[in-house]
Amino acid sequence: MCLAIPVKVKSINGEEAEVESGGTSYKASIALVPEVKEGDYVLLHAGYAISIIDQQEAEETLRLLREIRVI
Amino acid sequence: MMIGEERTLAKKLIQEIFRISSKEINLMEFCGGHTVAILKQGIRQLLPGHVHLLSGPGCPVCVTATGDIDSIIHLSGYRDVITATFGDLIRVPGSTSSLQKSRAEGNDIRVVYSALEALDIARQNPGKRVVMVGIGFETTAPTVAASILQAAREGIKNYLVYSLHKLTPPVMKALLDSGEVKLDGIICPGHVSTVIGARPYEFIPLNYRIACAITGFEPLDILEGINMLVRQIESGTPCVEIAYRRAVKPEGNLKALELMEQVFRVGSAWWRGIGEIPGSGLQLKEEYRVFDAATVFQLTPQDATEPAGCLCGEILRAAKTPLDCPLFGKKCTPEQPVGPCMVSAEGACSAYYLYGESDG
Amino acid sequence: MDKILLAHGSGGRLSHELIKGYLLGYISNEILCKMDDSAVISLAGRLAFTTDSFVVKPLFFPGGDIGRLAVCGTVNDLATSGARPLYLSLALIIEEGFPLGDLQKIMESMRNAATEAGIKIVTGDTKVVNHGGADGLFINTSGIGVIPDNTNISGANARPGDKIILSGTLGDHGVAVMAAREKLRFQIPVQSDCAPLNTLVESIMEFREYIHCLRDPTRGGLATTLNELAGQSETGMIIYEDALPVKNAVRSACDMLGLDPVYVANEGKMVVIAAPEKSEQILEAMRSHKYGRESAIIGEVTAKNPGRVIMKTILGASRIIDMLSGELLPRIC
Repeated sequence: MCLAIPVKVKSINGEEAEVESGGTSYKASIALVPEVKEGDYVLLHAGYAISIIDQQEAEETLRLLREIRVI
Repeated sequence: MMIGEERTLAKKLIQEIFRISSKEINLMEFCGGHTVAILKQGIRQLLPGHVHLLSGPGCPVCVTATGDIDSIIHLSGYRDVITATFGDLIRVPGSTSSLQKSRAEGNDIRVVYSALEALDIARQNPGKRVVMVGIGFETTAPTVAASILQAAREGIKNYLVYSLHKLTPPVMKALLDSGEVKLDGIICPGHVSTVIGARPYEFIPLNYRIACAITGFEPLDILEGINMLVRQIESGTPCVEIAYRRAVKPEGNLKALELMEQVFRVGSAWWRGIGEIPGSGLQLKEEYRVFDAATVFQLTPQDATEPAGCLCGEILRAAKTPLDCPLFGKKCTPEQPVGPCMVSAEGACSAYYLYGESDG
Repeated sequence: MDKILLAHGSGGRLSHELIKGYLLGYISNEILCKMDDSAVISLAGRLAFTTDSFVVKPLFFPGGDIGRLAVCGTVNDLATSGARPLYLSLALIIEEGFPLGDLQKIMESMRNAATEAGIKIVTGDTKVVNHGGADGLFINTSGIGVIPDNTNISGANARPGDKIILSGTLGDHGVAVMAAREKLRFQIPVQSDCAPLNTLVESIMEFREYIHCLRDPTRGGLATTLNELAGQSETGMIIYEDALPVKNAVRSACDMLGLDPVYVANEGKMVVIAAPEKSEQILEAMRSHKYGRESAIIGEVTAKNPGRVIMKTILGASRIIDMLSGELLPRIC
């Protein structure tokens, strides 16, 4: 139940934010992530940001993946 | 990430799975979004033959009871009502009709991408009542809760919600208690978990010794989730692990949970193909009854029987697969669906039909 | 008077004023201006003949409008037989109350498209219906073109081993129209690709012995078109996910709305199925044309699995791509 895509927060205006991905922007609600800041990446689901993406965790996951040694 | 690197990392993860998995195991992809992603990416073909993926009841459209669909169709018939719904619900067959047919009869039914749009429609049409059909699990319920609070704040008097929201952990428990299917691990829904966190799943490894991995939706996410499950199973240490760490915090999204708590109370819900599960649905609280379509329109969904031969129930419970259904691809196709699993883009049958695997 | 009235369709003075004042000015030519009830033309050889209706909503969208769509759509249907499009008919069904200013804009679009394609609109008809009867404006066309000798292009002619070439990026039109409908919250910087492709086809006709199929992937997208061709030809097809050209903005709009670019409509793209020995040259010729700059070989025709279209995913797995069923709807799930 699950279609949510990562988008970037371009600007915040009260409880709404302009989010963008690949040139497409949407006037989303940040009611569920009020602590979000401009420049953050969030998951957009049904018009609402539901989670702030942790860039460090993203990089860490990638690093661990890269480290798996191939036999 | 470039396609080349994605392929390399995917290969590594697949190799790992082959390396460490030694026995026949059943993993359930609970969520319809995972079913679609797995079929679209062809993941089953890449896994060892003894690792089985079964799709579960995490398709909110598929599990909406026929009686509830009938209620929505009934609502849509009121002259002054604009029915706002998410895309998939339009074609789901009720007992005798569908929203699509109702729209063809001239009723104002609009597909929206967000409850925000339903609010927009309410503002633009003060002479009408806008009913937002609230389907979805814990990913969507907070968005609908937020929309109700926004309507309350702004004094929007013509916005209503028909809440058919359902909860994930209770249906998982019901499934496991039924003993119908033997599971070794569950690919837990990544986006539901951004809201509810990891704790609600802890009863699963604790009481059933089944592994859990909270997983995202990109190919690498899914392969990583499966990897985690296989590792847990092989080492005999089932627990709840978060593979989707960049999006899911162990405590979930506290704000979203708070808004849900404010607007909804937990009650019984009727799941198509499964039946009534106590504590598995969300209804609007008393103080928000002016926004509650069920109250305002005095809706009492009637129980309805499944069409003959339709195996949606068993498929939703992972007891059977779409290929086992005698109607699949013959009497039941996306153009002429018999059951909801074929209509919803996330339904197992639709996914199998549209993205079906081939050894081409 | 700035709106269409019922009387404009009654055949009387007002009708003539409409035609002379608002329509002829844009699409005149020596045949149309005769104002006879039928156009008289002389043609020799094998002819291609097509008809189409246009009911797009909204009427105006980024990169085009219903007028441009009508001319390009008809021209492109003719081009898929390898024909050189020559003459179009044009029937307008206009809703009472339709703004004349909008009608002028649409006629202007049609003129530009007709000039670009090198075709003449030689006969027409205008009807006006009651308010609520035509969603603004409906357009019906038919078109005639001449097919050069030694041309045998048909959906049934694909052969195993043939290459499948696509003339450019997928999904632009469908997403642009959706963007025009969803203006409130979405801002999608995508223009419709609506274009007349007859000169693109002309630029590869020197290889026509080796061209087996031509089709434009309109409603239902690339997926539906390839399924049609696979069905007609009774062959299988394989396409490669990483070879499909898709603009970034289209991909993210599709992601946001839950759409798959292979199912989204295009109005300025051509699928070319050609013998492998000339495919590279055909590709090069297409890339030299302004509407084919991003042409790519996206797959091949196979003997296996006749009637089926299979896509090899980025991870190397295979999945079946079926025709579009039902409408394309935004998903949340």
